[in-house]
Amino acid sequence: MNVIATHAEGSIAQGAWKPEILAFCCNYCAYAAADLAGSRRMQYPSNVRVVHVPCTGKIEMEHILSAFEKGIDGVLIAGCLEGGCHFIEGNLRAKKRSEYLREMLDQIGVGRERLRMVNLSAAMAPTFVERVKEIVETVEGLGPNPLRKRGEP
Amino acid sequence: MIVASPKPITELKQLIDRHKKVLFVGCGTCVTVCLAGGEREVGIAAYATRMARKLAGQPVELDQITIERQCENEFIKELAEPIGRCEAVVSFGCGAGVQAIAERFPGKPVYAALNTNFLGILEEQAVWTEKCMACGDCMLAEFGGICPVTRCAKHMLNGPCGGSTEDRCEVAEDRPCAWQLIYKRLSSIGQLDRLEKIQPPKNWGIAWSGGARKIVRNEHRV
Repeated sequence: MNVIATHAEGSIAQGAWKPEILAFCCNYCAYAAADLAGSRRMQYPSNVRVVHVPCTGKIEMEHILSAFEKGIDGVLIAGCLEGGCHFIEGNLRAKKRSEYLREMLDQIGVGRERLRMVNLSAAMAPTFVERVKEIVETVEGLGPNPLRKRGEP
Repeated sequence: MIVASPKPITELKQLIDRHKKVLFVGCGTCVTVCLAGGEREVGIAAYATRMARKLAGQPVELDQITIERQCENEFIKELAEPIGRCEAVVSFGCGAGVQAIAERFPGKPVYAALNTNFLGILEEQAVWTEKCMACGDCMLAEFGGICPVTRCAKHMLNGPCGGSTEDRCEVAEDRPCAWQLIYKRLSSIGQLDRLEKIQPPKNWGIAWSGGARKIVRNEHRV
């Protein structure tokens, strides 16, 4: 998960603020959908970094908390449609964990809106693009992660 | 095993608000099994607490360690060095673990990160139920292995009470009537005759109402 640290720290070092989003994408759906979006030359915001995971059920809560602590502005978890998980229920577990984390992010003061889980299939490239644009828009409205160091963009 | 549950992050943050360097101590036994105070839960709580404190403008340095058992001095010894580096300790053990650490390190504040709930079992993934209240005078043999002291909301020894609906307790619909369970169990093992016995009043003097209990087993003393 060094990608989280590198990406978050890199974004902090940049000039004007642009929201930095991590998208944890399941190999069997969202990652393929993102790939398909690329093949079809569909445009989506460049400030989203895709982390390829074997299943959203493999994403530990620590990975997401670690990303926020390092200053990432938003996290998108993109898993298979409910009932369509390659591992049967990995996406359902991820859903429960993300709901728990959203509550925890509220308690921390980071805010639940910065974490979102979406479900899509490998063929839903336009939906992937749309969901990415939505979270970027939401996070732009929220402003930078309050954990970024004071004075940093 | 002992079943516990984590306190909210807001409460955890408040517990240590006067300290700048704190040690989070997990326990590798009961509370690891009930997903409340093991290595992973300590890690998650540390992330959350650090972020919450930073946002409040009072950053805190957190060290983490998880020992095999917090309720035994043999294992607590390992904490001497890491505790020495910190102002305070947050124990992710059960109430016994918290107190064992506090006794061993009289000069350090020790706070509890969990609410210790009960003695119970894992019913299914992430569902625990209470089975024993540690009354000190086990009567399970009389009731086919189902404890009315714990599982009957009225602790009735001569039940049922008459308030149950079908096989559900009147206190909560999701709770089975302990006396219905006792009847079924005694029936299936052919010991329904046990129900003909009127149970005399229980000796609560050796239960928790007599204050903190102590057991000395001379045959094992050295």
